[in-house]
Amino acid sequence: MEPYSEKVMDHFRNPRNVGEIENPDGVGHVGNPMCGDVMEMYIKVKDNVIVDAKFKTFGCGAAIATSSMATELVIGKTIDEARQITNKVVAEALDGLPPVKMHCSNLAEEALEAAIKDYHQKQKKN
Amino acid sequence: MKMIYLDHAATTATDPEVLEAMLPYFHEHYGNPSSIYSMSRVSKNAIENAREIVANALGANPKEIVFTSSGSECDNFAIKGVALAKQQKGNHIITSSIEHHAVLYTCKFLEKNGFTVTYLPIDQDGIVKLDELEKAITPQTILITVMHANNEIGTIQPIRQIGEIARKNGITFHTDAVQTFGHIPVNVDNLNVDILSISGHKFYGPKGVGALYIRKGIKITPLIHGGDQERRRRASTENVPGIIGLGKAVEIAGKVMKSEAIRQTKLRDEFIRAILDNIDDARLNGHPSLRLPNNVNISFEGIEGESILLNLDIERIAASTGSACSSSSLEPSHVLLSIGLTHEFAHGSVRFSLGKQTTKDELDYVVEALPGIVKKLRAMSPLYKK
Ligand SMILES: Cc1ncc(COP(=O)(O)O)c(C=O)c1O
Ligand code: FES
Repeated sequence: MEPYSEKVMDHFRNPRNVGEIENPDGVGHVGNPMCGDVMEMYIKVKDNVIVDAKFKTFGCGAAIATSSMATELVIGKTIDEARQITNKVVAEALDGLPPVKMHCSNLAEEALEAAIKDYHQKQKKN
Repeated sequence: MKMIYLDHAATTATDPEVLEAMLPYFHEHYGNPSSIYSMSRVSKNAIENAREIVANALGANPKEIVFTSSGSECDNFAIKGVALAKQQKGNHIITSSIEHHAVLYTCKFLEKNGFTVTYLPIDQDGIVKLDELEKAITPQTILITVMHANNEIGTIQPIRQIGEIARKNGITFHTDAVQTFGHIPVNVDNLNVDILSISGHKFYGPKGVGALYIRKGIKITPLIHGGDQERRRRASTENVPGIIGLGKAVEIAGKVMKSEAIRQTKLRDEFIRAILDNIDDARLNGHPSLRLPNNVNISFEGIEGESILLNLDIERIAASTGSACSSSSLEPSHVLLSIGLTHEFAHGSVRFSLGKQTTKDELDYVVEALPGIVKKLRAMSPLYKK
């Protein structure tokens, strides 16, 4: 396999925003059907802006780094802006991923998507 | 700091003595062993000398040894060669579910070409179930191939008994001894084997050279056709330096194997104990005692193998998940799934394999580094809720 970029290793070594949020406004829990790895993303939303995001990931180096980068990218974004954050955007922010590891970045995109969906559902209920 | 290399099951450093023995055969004695002039006789004789060393180590006759390019070629040659030679007699092959891919994928290939294959289940320690083997035998069975010791979990199979069953039923028996030869005693008569694969780079010899033992009288079709080398069983100008290196590595192994096996077994068991004592929710994979002296395979609940390896690498420790060849594959190891591990547990396994240079200090360093790594990864795992 190609080696990971410096950025990936930086996020792997010092992952940002690890953990859970108490009383989150949205939670996304997704699994990667390709490899069985799992990611959880928690978001806190205020006036339609994501003010905090945290993650927990069971997965490879790429999965951990993309989770970390995704949380960094979404914090401070409006919900609509956050929706634009695809796996490609996350991978590019990490200076790319080895080709065999691109599927790992889906996990971050899907977890974010799921967290936003959960947020909307909770909004409707209130 | 120096790298702590604990991946000897993947490959070993070529012994300097081996390298020294090989060098003259690149530029000094470079004659083609098949040529007629006296210069070629030097390389020819050196090959025959190496053949004798390998044969002696195995308890075989030199005529029963064929040099090849690798362990993978040996496995392919053995399986495809017997399948082709005996296809008039039958089309059924029996193997185990935890073979190296060089065996497993060769069997899969044959399945696409008219052969049927039974993959024997194994018990939770990784040992082939002999009663299942007896049940699987049919009048069509032409070959049994079961590895001597597994490369991932190190379990040593009851090869002698399997060989007995094969012989009783008139079935050719091949074993992949790539992980055992040079590390524990391998004698073809004690083990009742007909064909046996070995690979140079797993015991301090060079990469890209192997040897296949083929018992006299066993029918096998060549894989590589061409010249008359290797008594017409494998064409191609011999890899003279490689073969000389293989011979030298066998010679050295003969001297140090016994003491190294004792030393490494002791280090191995202390290392396993220390890891399990220091880390909760970890388990040893493979048999506790019927295992390679150098193999340690541990699963850590709730965390994933690659992320453990990357963290170990940051600490300058080289280990692997399962087999090195599948480290970029996404599937958890077929071996770990076969011994009944859950998908997640199978995903969280690390193999440390010791070698001649491995010291107690190095292993102590790993024992100190591991708990922190595991703790950090568990803290970010959604699957570990303790
Ligand atoms: C059990 C086993 N068989 C076969 C092989 C293949 O050997 P080689 O790398 O020489 O092709 C290996 C090592 O990769 C092995 O561990
Ligand atoms: S291999 Fe599973 S997320 Fe990367």
